[in-house]
Amino acid sequence: MNVKSLVTIKGVKDGLVFLLDDASEFDALLDELEAKLAKHEQQLSGPIVHIQIKLGARQLGEEDKERIRSAIRKQGNFVVQSIESDPVPVGPADYSTYKVETVTGMVRSGQTLEHEGHLLLLGDVNPGGTVRSTGDIYIMGALRGMAHAGCAGHAEAIIAASLMKPTQLRIADVISRPPDEWASSEPWMEYAYLQEGSMQIDKMAHLHHNRNRALQAKGV
Amino acid sequence: MGEAIVVTSGKGGVGKTTTSANVGTALALMGKKVCMVDTDIGLRNLDVVMGLENRIIYDLIDVAEGRCRLNQALVKDKRFDELYMLPAAQTKDKNDISPDQVRKIVEELKPDFDYIIIDCPAGIEQGFRNAIAGADHAIVVTTPENAAVRDADRVIGLLEKTNITQPKLVINRIRPNLLKSGDMLEVDDIIQVLAIDLIGIVPDDEDVIKAANQGEPTVMNPNSRAAMAYRNVARRILGETVPLMHLDEKTGVFRRMRKFLGMG
Repeated sequence: MNVKSLVTIKGVKDGLVFLLDDASEFDALLDELEAKLAKHEQQLSGPIVHIQIKLGARQLGEEDKERIRSAIRKQGNFVVQSIESDPVPVGPADYSTYKVETVTGMVRSGQTLEHEGHLLLLGDVNPGGTVRSTGDIYIMGALRGMAHAGCAGHAEAIIAASLMKPTQLRIADVISRPPDEWASSEPWMEYAYLQEGSMQIDKMAHLHHNRNRALQAKGV
Repeated sequence: MGEAIVVTSGKGGVGKTTTSANVGTALALMGKKVCMVDTDIGLRNLDVVMGLENRIIYDLIDVAEGRCRLNQALVKDKRFDELYMLPAAQTKDKNDISPDQVRKIVEELKPDFDYIIIDCPAGIEQGFRNAIAGADHAIVVTTPENAAVRDADRVIGLLEKTNITQPKLVINRIRPNLLKSGDMLEVDDIIQVLAIDLIGIVPDDEDVIKAANQGEPTVMNPNSRAAMAYRNVARRILGETVPLMHLDEKTGVFRRMRKFLGMG
């Protein structure tokens, strides 16, 4: 039976790349690495060869990395240049940890503004323009284009705008299309939020009702 | 050293070529030395609007590829001594010239002229990139229609990424009676969306079509309201402060009578 090798060695322009299998036991991997190195024994006086080690999805601590290094160091002319793992895929960060960041400018037709966290935009979003954020979107200006809040999946995100005239609103995976579904021509600042999976519009002063964060204002 | 101004819009048919021809001619009328450059390669029109089609010998591509000297390709206007045009090639397409080549040609024109008016093709592809390459300023032409305003917005966004600062807006083909009935976008609404400075509003005028077909820029006609508007644009380019014209049509007794008799 042909078992897939746990260690693959490839030659590149400036040395060798060791591709180490990321699904197997680490000890088995190390054994095979040592066996392979022993097989390919060269004279200790050979020219120096640079080694890059790719671990795939496997994440290793310094101790284990050192074990790999020392196994390779036995081959006198091999120098370990790097040990790399694939970057860890990041999940959506916790909504409550998002910070508000301010961006100034206009988002015109054909332009997209993408943001991580809460976004405070000082300027307009024109028809054909898109603003996308993993957190809330607050627009001090006119929203005439498309805004997508909580685009990584947070349904509690809101979209607020001084002038709410969007071509489309999205929160998490809910899409709403004014004015077919709702129309706004109110002179005050409004915000959009999700209630039981459907888009709602309310005036800004009512936001604290669904945020439940008590305001500690000074005064008597 | 002259200024290069590109006339662009994104959408086709809003009056880029008409604006280029009329603003260019109006500037010449005011004693400036002007060169109009048509960058709409493959679909050149500026020469037709100016009535200079039969005088073309060399074109922009010939200059770019070194088949002639720049001043051999310049077509002198039949009305003004100080007005020239550099025609586009009709048999090639937009990809046959690069932004760098256009920039070089415009740089070469600058010392000899006060104003270089670059007529941009519709679209935002290679032709657009060619046209804006050598420009210092931009005039964005739009009409009071949603589609045209949308495209103007897109073009302004693209211009903002270049070193062309603060493009100016011309709102073309305004029909006062539609404005009054609320069936057309208002000038104020357009400015609010596009958020750039207005340099002129031009009423829709049948004279423009007549004049273009005769190869005479409208500005030459002192009775046309569009001509007045284009002259105002030119005066604002020269730095004058000119109030926006009233769009309401004059309905004097004579005019009404002529209209009644089918002469208006």
